[in-house]
Amino acid sequence: MLKFIGRRAIFAALTILIVSAVVFGIFSLLPFDPAALTCGQRCTDQIVEANRVRLGFDKPIYEQYWLFLSGIFLGRTYGSGSSAFSCPAPSFGYSFNENACVTNMLTEALPITISLAIGALLLWLTVGIGLGIVAAKFKNRWPDTSSSVFVLLATSLPTFVTGLALLIWVTIKWKIVPLSLSGYVSIFDNPFGFFQYFILPWITLAIAYAAIYTRFTRAALLETLGEDYIRTARAKGVGERVVFFKHTLRAVLAPLITLAGLDFAGLIGGAIITETIFNLPGLGRLTLRSVYEFDLSVVLATTILAAVVVIVMNLIVDMLYAVLDPRVRIT
Amino acid sequence: MSELLRIEDLHVSFKTDDGAVRAVDGVSLTLNAGETVAIVGESGSGKTVTSLSVMGLHKKGSAQISGSISLNDGGTFKNVVSLNDDEIRDIRGRAVAMIFQDPMSSLHPYYKIGNQLAEAYLVHNPGKKKEAMARAIEMLDLVGIPEPAKRAVEFPHQFSGGMRQRVMIAMALMNSPQILIADEPTTALDVTVQAQILALLSKLKKEFNMGILLITHDLGVVAQVADRVNVMYAGRIVEEGAVDDLFYSPLAPYTLGLLKSVPRVTSKNERLKAIPGQPPSLINLPVGCPFAPRCEYKQHSPEAGCNTTKPALIGTSPTHRSRCHIPESLRHDLFAKELKELQS
Amino acid sequence: MSDVILKVDNLVKHFPTGKGKRGEKEVVKAVDGISFELKAGETLGLVGESGCGKTTAGRTILKLTEPTSGKLIFEDQDITEFNASKMRAIRAQMQIIFQDPYSALNPRQTIGKVISAPFEIQGITPPEGVKTAVQNLMARVGLNPEHYNRYPHEFSGGQRQRIGIARAIALKPRFIVADEPVSALDVSIQAQVINLLEDLQEEEKISMVFIAHDLSVVQHISDRVAVMYLGKMMEIAATADLYSKPRHPYTTALLSAVPLPDPRSERTRERIILTGDLPSPINPPSGCVFNTRCWKAQDKCRTEVPQLVQLGASQVACHFPEN
Repeated sequence: MLKFIGRRAIFAALTILIVSAVVFGIFSLLPFDPAALTCGQRCTDQIVEANRVRLGFDKPIYEQYWLFLSGIFLGRTYGSGSSAFSCPAPSFGYSFNENACVTNMLTEALPITISLAIGALLLWLTVGIGLGIVAAKFKNRWPDTSSSVFVLLATSLPTFVTGLALLIWVTIKWKIVPLSLSGYVSIFDNPFGFFQYFILPWITLAIAYAAIYTRFTRAALLETLGEDYIRTARAKGVGERVVFFKHTLRAVLAPLITLAGLDFAGLIGGAIITETIFNLPGLGRLTLRSVYEFDLSVVLATTILAAVVVIVMNLIVDMLYAVLDPRVRIT
Repeated sequence: MSELLRIEDLHVSFKTDDGAVRAVDGVSLTLNAGETVAIVGESGSGKTVTSLSVMGLHKKGSAQISGSISLNDGGTFKNVVSLNDDEIRDIRGRAVAMIFQDPMSSLHPYYKIGNQLAEAYLVHNPGKKKEAMARAIEMLDLVGIPEPAKRAVEFPHQFSGGMRQRVMIAMALMNSPQILIADEPTTALDVTVQAQILALLSKLKKEFNMGILLITHDLGVVAQVADRVNVMYAGRIVEEGAVDDLFYSPLAPYTLGLLKSVPRVTSKNERLKAIPGQPPSLINLPVGCPFAPRCEYKQHSPEAGCNTTKPALIGTSPTHRSRCHIPESLRHDLFAKELKELQS
Repeated sequence: MSDVILKVDNLVKHFPTGKGKRGEKEVVKAVDGISFELKAGETLGLVGESGCGKTTAGRTILKLTEPTSGKLIFEDQDITEFNASKMRAIRAQMQIIFQDPYSALNPRQTIGKVISAPFEIQGITPPEGVKTAVQNLMARVGLNPEHYNRYPHEFSGGQRQRIGIARAIALKPRFIVADEPVSALDVSIQAQVINLLEDLQEEEKISMVFIAHDLSVVQHISDRVAVMYLGKMMEIAATADLYSKPRHPYTTALLSAVPLPDPRSERTRERIILTGDLPSPINPPSGCVFNTRCWKAQDKCRTEVPQLVQLGASQVACHFPEN
C-alpha cells in the first residue's frame, strides 16, 4: 500500500513540475512586457526598468523559472538594498497589481472556494442521488418523467443564467437573501451569515451537477437492478427495501464517489462564473482577474494549486474505490 | 410420497412492444419429496419462466400469470399465484429455494460470502446473528468447501466457479427448504466440476429429503439425475414421463428430434440428425401444433390436424403422456427404427 | 510439400500478472510447452476444461498473440518470428471462428459488410464481384442472401454463428481455428452448425483445430483429439482410440464425467469423480501438473515432468498410463 502511494506521489510531483513549466513557458512566449504592467498610469521608463530588475524580468527565462521554483521552498527576495522586500516561503511570487505576496492572496481566497465547493458538493449529491433513486424506483411513471424534465432543464441552463436569475429574483426582487455587502464570513464566526452568503451560489452550482448525478444514479441503479445477484437476494426472501438500499445502491456507490471526487477537484480550480456573479473573492475570480491583467505569478500559482488538488483527489478517489469495491483491492 | 409442488394449467405472458409473449402456455406438473423432476427445453421453451413463477420472481406488473402453483409449506398448501408480496417473501428461501445458472454473477461482489449466507437465514429468523453465522459455516462444510470458517470471510471473486456454485447451494439450503429449484446449475461449469456438483445435489437431496426441480437443456444431465422428465417446447409440455420412458420410448417428435441431434460420445462418427428450422416466435405462435413447421412426421397425422389444432397432452399410460395428433401406436412404429439406431 | 500443414513445437505462452519482485515476475503459464502436428484436411479436437489453455493455444497458433517461446511452422514456413506485415500475407490462409456469436460481430455493420471485410482487408476482389461473392457465401452457410443489408441483432445466435463461419471461409483459407463455435448455441442448432462445419471442411479441404470443452461434440467432428490440462498436453490420439481406450488418467476422468443421454448406463456406470480444485496456472504443481488430483500419483509424478511419448498409435504424457 505504501509503495502504491509512494509511486503515485512521485508521478504527482513530476506532473506538477511539468504543468508549471508549461504555464511558465506559455507566458514567456506571450508578446508583452511584464515589467511594463507593473506600474499604472504615471509610469516612466525609469520605473519600468527598475521594476524589471527588481522582479528579475531581465534575467534569462530558465533562471526566472529556477528562481520561481526555489522560491516555493526558500522564499524569495525582490530587489536589493533598501527597497528590497521579500515573500516568505512558500513563495509563489509577488503581484505588483495587488502589491501583495501571491501566497497571501491564495490563502485569502482558498477558504471561500473550499466552502463553495463543499457546500455545492453536499447539495448536489443529496439532490442528484435522491432524485436518481426516485426516478429509478418509479421508472417511466410521473416522478421519473418529471425528473427527466428537470435534468434536461438543468443541463441546458448555463450557470450564468441560473446564477443571474437567482440573484435578480431571490436577492434583489424578493429580498429573501440579503445582498452580501459585508463580504465573506467564516462559518465559525457567524453560521447563519455564512449560509446566507453561500446559499445562492451553492444552488447555482448544484443545479448543473445534480442533473448529471441524477441521470447517472438512475442509469446505474436500473442496470444493477437487472444483475443476477439482485435476483439471488430476492430469491432468498430479502425485502424490496433492503434489496434496494443494501444490495443495489451499495453497488452503485463506488463509481458515484469516483465521479464526485473528480468533480469536486475541478471545482476547486475555480467556479469562475459563479464566483463572478455573486462577487465571491475566491480562487476562480482571482484567476480570471489575473489572466486579464497578465499577472503571471498569480496565474501560475492558481494553476499549480488546481493541478495539485486534482492529483490529490485522484489518489484519494482511487483509494476510496478500493475500499468500496473489494475486487479492486491490491492484496 | 408427499407431494411438494403441484402446478396446474399455468399461463405466463409478458407484454412487449411487439405484442404479448406467451412464454408459458398451459403447464401442469408435480414434484414429490425425494425425487428429481427435470424440465428440459431449449431457449425460449418457457422452462426458466416456469421456474421463476414458482418463486414468484417475475417483475410486478410485467407478467400476467394465471393458473395455480400449489406449494407445500411444512404441511400447508399455499397457492403462489395468489399470495401477496409479504407472503411470497416468506416462502422464498425457506419453503422453496433456487439456485441459478451463473454462479459468477449470482453472488454479490461486495459482500463477504459468510454474510450473504447468514442473510438468507436472518431474513427468516431475524435477530439471530450468531446462529446465522454458525449455520453458514456448517453449510459451507456440508457442501464441501475446505476450511469453511476461513473462507466465510472472503469475497466471491476469491472463489472458483465450482466453489461458487457450492456456495450458492449452501445458501439455498440455509433454511432447509423442502423444494429446491435448480436452473441450469451446471451449464456454466466444467464437466468434471459438473460431476461433483451433481453428486453433491443427489447426496443433499437424500439428506434433506427434498424434491428437486431441475431445469436444463442437457439431456446427459437429465439421464444422470432425473426420475421424471417434462419436455417443453414453445411454452407447453410436449412430453412427460419417467426418465427411462423418455429416453427409450419417446412419444413426441420433438423429443425424438432432440435425442437424435445430441452428439454422443459412444455413437459412430456419422452426420448429426439436426432438427431443421428454428423455434417459433412466442408472439406469433402458429395456429395448431407449434412444432409442426419442423416436424418430419406431419404426413402421418390424421386429417392434417397438425396445422389447425393444438394437440392435447394424452397417453395410453397416465404416467407417460405427450402431445401429438399421430396415434400413439403409429408413432411407436415410426420411431422404432430411429431409436434402434440411437441405442446401438 | 509434406502433408503436415501445421507443426507446433514446444509452444509456450506466459502472461505476466504485473506482480512479483524484480527478477521473479509472476506469470500465468497459460500454455506451457505443447507440441503437435496437423495434417492437411484433418480436424484436431483440442479439449480441456477452463484454465487449461486451449483458447490461448488457439490464438497463439494464429499469432493473434505472440508466443513466449517455441516454434510455429505453417505450410513448411517458420512463422514464429514473422512480424505483422509478413503475417498479413499468410493470414488469408489462417482464419478463426469465435465462440460468442453475440460479441463476435460488430453490431454497427451490416452482415454484408462483415462478410466482405476479409476481401477488403486483403485487397482481393473476387472475379464475380464482392457482393455476389458474399451472397454466395451466405447461401453456402444456409443464410438468405437477401438479408445482405441486415444487422447482426436481427439474427438468432445460430444464424450469427453462420455469419461468422461465412466470414471465416470467405478467403478460402486452408486452416481454421474454431474456438468453441457451438458452445453458446442450443442443442438443436448446435447439430445444424456442426453439420455445416463438417460439410464445408470436406468440400473445401480445410484443416481445422476445433477447440471445445464438450467431449461429445469434439468426438463427432474430430479425426484426432488432444487433451490439455493446465497448459500442458496430456494425450493426443485418434478419436476412436481416445474415447474407447484413453491412456491418460485425466482423459479417463474427463470421459467418466461426461453424462450420457442413456439413463440405464448412467445408473450402472462407475464414475471417477476428481477431488480438489484446479490448481492455479500461476503456480502449477511440480512434476506432472495433474498429480494433485490423480488417483495414481506417486513420488515420481511429483518430481519428474512426464514427456509426451508415443504409446502405440497415441501420444501420452504420463509415468503410469492406463491400458
